Amino acid sequence: MTEIIIMAMTSVGTLFILIAAVGIVRMPDFFLRLSVTIKAATLGLGFIMGGTAIYFLEFSVTAKVIAIIFFLLITAPVSGHMMGRTAYFTGMKLWKGTILDELKGKYDRKTHSLTSDGDDPSERTPPVDEL
Amino acid sequence: MLNNYLLLGILPVLSIAAILVFIRFLKGPYTLDRVVSLDFLINIGIGIIAIYSIVTDHSAFLDVAMILALIAFLGSIAFSYYLEQRGKQ
Repeated sequence: MTEIIIMAMTSVGTLFILIAAVGIVRMPDFFLRLSVTIKAATLGLGFIMGGTAIYFLEFSVTAKVIAIIFFLLITAPVSGHMMGRTAYFTGMKLWKGTILDELKGKYDRKTHSLTSDGDDPSERTPPVDEL
Repeated sequence: MLNNYLLLGILPVLSIAAILVFIRFLKGPYTLDRVVSLDFLINIGIGIIAIYSIVTDHSAFLDVAMILALIAFLGSIAFSYYLEQRGKQ
């Protein structure tokens, strides 16, 4: 019974990782590739790690597995946001089928500061967090 | 049964996934594509290590997986931070 559970969990996780790998090759745009990778790979790794925890059934292994999953869940959105932000600042081209770019004109390309609606990004003073 | 399934069923699929990501790593038109691919390659490596620790029945390999998860995060953060700072004034 345990074997079947382990097989099912590793299979599902591997399928998610394979789908993400196909997606990172086939997607037309950097942002689509980024979203495919961050989401699907984290879920797939979570499943595989869960299978490992069920196989060993020890306290130390389960603690390690929970630490790895927790760390992945915390870091994947942070690094994904960082990379998407960098891509937007450095002028990465959007896919030609993109219909909505809500950040258009709200980021200052030179000072990398965010402005809200109505402001002109070029007139805004840069943030003072570099002090 | 379980070992054979993991060795002959799961690990080849993960290897195919790694090859596909490596294609993007070589092709990737921008540097950030390569950063994302590197991140994902290390994640696939963590999965392979986890499967391998089941196959060999050694749980000590999971320490390596934990360190790899840390390094992948630091690497992608550092790469994207400095790539962002490069275009800033």
